Amino acid sequence: MTSSKDTMEKQWYTISVYSENNVGLLNRISGIFLKRHINIESLNVSKSEIENVSKFTIVIYTTEDWTRKIVNQIEKQIEVIKAFYHTDEETIFQESALFKIASHLLFDERQIQNIIKESKSQIVTVNREFFVLAKTGRRHEIDEMHDALEPYGIMQFVRSGRITVTKATMPISEILAEFQD
Amino acid sequence: METLKAQKKEQKKEAGMRITGAEAIIHCLLAEGVDLIYGYPGGAIMPVYDELYKFQDRLTHILTRHEQGATHAAQGFARVTGKVGVAMATSGPGATNLVTGLADAQIDSTPIVCITGQVPRHLLGSDAFQETDIVGISTPVTKWNYQITKADEIPEIMAKAFYIAKSGRPGPVLIDITKNAQFDELDFAYEKCSGVRSYKPVPKPNMEAITAAAALINAAKKPYIVWGQGIILGEAEEELKAFVEKAGIPAAWTIMGESALPTDHPLNVGMVGMHGNYGPNVLTNECDVLIAIGMRFDDRVTGNLDTYAKQAKVIHFEIDPAEVGKNVKPDIALLGNCKETLSLLLPLIKENEHKEWKAEFDKKHKEEFEAVIKNDLHPTKPGLTMGEVIEQINEASKHEAVIVTDVGQHQMIACRYAKFKKSKSNITSGGLGTMGFALPAAIGAKMGAMDREVVAIIGDGGYQMTIQELGVIFQHNVPVKIVVLNNDHLGMVRQWQELFFESRYASTVMTNPDFVKIAEGYHIKSRRVEKRTDLKDAVQEMIASKDPYFLEVRVEKEDNVFPMIPSGASVADIRLK
Repeated sequence: MTSSKDTMEKQWYTISVYSENNVGLLNRISGIFLKRHINIESLNVSKSEIENVSKFTIVIYTTEDWTRKIVNQIEKQIEVIKAFYHTDEETIFQESALFKIASHLLFDERQIQNIIKESKSQIVTVNREFFVLAKTGRRHEIDEMHDALEPYGIMQFVRSGRITVTKATMPISEILAEFQD
Repeated sequence: METLKAQKKEQKKEAGMRITGAEAIIHCLLAEGVDLIYGYPGGAIMPVYDELYKFQDRLTHILTRHEQGATHAAQGFARVTGKVGVAMATSGPGATNLVTGLADAQIDSTPIVCITGQVPRHLLGSDAFQETDIVGISTPVTKWNYQITKADEIPEIMAKAFYIAKSGRPGPVLIDITKNAQFDELDFAYEKCSGVRSYKPVPKPNMEAITAAAALINAAKKPYIVWGQGIILGEAEEELKAFVEKAGIPAAWTIMGESALPTDHPLNVGMVGMHGNYGPNVLTNECDVLIAIGMRFDDRVTGNLDTYAKQAKVIHFEIDPAEVGKNVKPDIALLGNCKETLSLLLPLIKENEHKEWKAEFDKKHKEEFEAVIKNDLHPTKPGLTMGEVIEQINEASKHEAVIVTDVGQHQMIACRYAKFKKSKSNITSGGLGTMGFALPAAIGAKMGAMDREVVAIIGDGGYQMTIQELGVIFQHNVPVKIVVLNNDHLGMVRQWQELFFESRYASTVMTNPDFVKIAEGYHIKSRRVEKRTDLKDAVQEMIASKDPYFLEVRVEKEDNVFPMIPSGASVADIRLK
C-alpha cells in the first residue's frame, strides 16, 4: 500500500472508507480533514459491494504521512468499518462529466462534432435549445475536452467525484466476519 | 441498527413494559448502574425531568448552576471512580454549554454520556425556539453522538452510548433526544451492549512485538519509562509497578498519569513536560530505550519533536492505533490494553537494576532542588509561594487526598509537588487546559469518593469561570475543600508575557472580589491566609473540617513556575530559571 516515494512528498491519494450507512457520518469524516486544514479534492459516497455498507471515495493531495494519519483518524470513528489509502498507480479510477451546450453550435461549428468524436463522449440528449455530452475518463481527459469546448461556449458544466477500484483487495467481508465470531 | 455481536444472555432484560421514552431513559440509566447525574432542566428535556422526579429515590440529580459545570462534575466523577459520568441538559443553549466539557473529556479520554433534549421531530430544521444542531456542533468533540427521533430507538442507543463511552479508549458520547421521542411510548426491553460491528475497542496484543520489546528492554543500558493516563484507564497500576520493579527502570509520568505509582516509590522519578522535573526531561534525550506506556506524546510533553529522544529506540504501549506514529514514530508499537500487554511482557523481562542510570536522575534532582524546589517549598522571601501551600496540604492530608486542579501556574505547581499514595487521585484538565474545570470536577470527584478527602486547588482566574457551582456545594453540603491560590493575576499568561513578551501585561491583572465574602454568601466556612505563620493552621483546619471549606491563600503576585521548556524548544533545553 505504501509507495516507494518519500512519505513527506505530496501526491494524490485516494482514501476508500467502508462504513455503516448512518446520518452524520459524512460530517464526522469531513471534520477530520477540516481540523487538519486539508482540502478534499473530490468526494463520492455510494453503496459498496457489500449489502448495507457504504463507501466513501475521497481524493486528497498531500503527503503519505498525513494521509496515513488521516486514515487512522477515520478508521477510529465508531461507524467506520475500515479505511484504506492508495496512490493513483494502485487504483483504477474514473470521473464523469456533463457538458450542456447550445444546439445551434452543433451545426454552426463543425469542429464540435470532431471534439465529440475524438473525446469518445456520448450525446445524452438533444433538443432545440441545447444538447448534453457525457464524458467518463481521467481528470485530464475531461479537462482537455472542457478546454476544447470552452471557446464555443459551455452553458453548464459539472464533474463528479472520482470513483475508484483498487488493484489489491480490500477485505471488508473478512473484517465483518471476524466481528461475528 | 446494525447487527450486534452475540449478546450476553445473563444480562438484565426487562421485557414487555409499555412506557414513555422519558421513562425509558431513566430505566436505561438504572440498568447501566447510574445513580447520580448532573444537569440542568429546560423545555426540551422536561419529560425526562418529570420522570427524574418520580425516580428520585433511585437516581439523584444534582442541579449544577451551569451546564458546563454538569459536564465537569460528570468528568470528576468518572475520573475518580472509573465509571461513566452522566450529564443532562436541554436543547439550544443548554446543549451548547456542554461543548467545553465534551471537548475536555474527548482530549483527556474521560467516559461521560451527555443527554440533551431536542425540539420535536416535526420542528427540526425550522429554527424552533431553542433549536440548535448539537449533533453537528458536538461531532468533532465526541467519540460518538446520535440523535434519537423515535422512542423505540432509546434502549439500543443508550446501551450503545454507555458501551462506547467506556470501552477501548474512553471518551464522551452525546445523545440528543427529540421531545416527541420522550413523550411517545415504546415496549421497553433493555440489553447491555457488548459490541458494535464497525468498532474494535481493544486491539489484540501481538506476542511477536512483545517479545521484541522484551529483548530491547533486557539489553538496554539506560531504559526509561514514561507512563500516562492509559495506566489508570486500563487499571494497570499493579502491572506497571511490577514491571518497573522487576526491570529496575526509572519511571516518569505525564500529568494525566500522575498517582498511578505512589509518589515516594523509589523508581518514580517525577514529571515530564513543559513544567516537569529537570531529570525526567533532560534524560529523555539520554536514554537508550524509551518505553512510553499509555501516553500520546502531547506537545507539552515532548517539546520540539525534531529533537525529542532521537537517540532512543522507542516502544509505545497504546490502545488507540491512531496514536501510534501520530507524533513520535515508535520502533515497536505494542497495541492493546496496557494491563494485558504489560502482563504478557512481564514474564519475559529479566530482573535488573540500573543503579548508575538511576543515579543520574538523582543528580539532576539535586540540581533542580537547589535551583527551584528549595525556594518553592521552603521560601525565605516574605511572600507565600504556591509550592509551600501544596506541601502543607500534603502534610495535613497525609498524601491520601484526591487533588483536583484547574489550569495554570497553580496546576503545574500542584502536579509537581502533590504527593499521592493511591491511583485516580490527580484530577486535572490536561489536554484541553480548561479553566473553570476544577470546582465542578471536585464536586463530581467528592460525590464519587465520599470516603476520600477531595481538595480543589484553583487559581483566582479559573475560579471565577465556574464560581457559581459553590451553589451546589452549599445546597447539597458537598464537603469539598477549596483552595484558591490568589495572585491577582492570570499567572501563567503573565509569566509568558514576562518571559516572551517583554513584560507587557496585557489583560492579565485581575481586580478580584472578596472571595471569602462570596464563600460566606453561600454559607461555606471560609478563611483567608496572608501570612506564612497562619498557613499551617489554616490548612489543618480545612482538612479537619467535616463540612465544605474555602481557603484563600494570598500568594506572591509575580512568581514564575520553573523548570520550563519554552514553547517549541527541546526537552534538553529546559530552563531552571
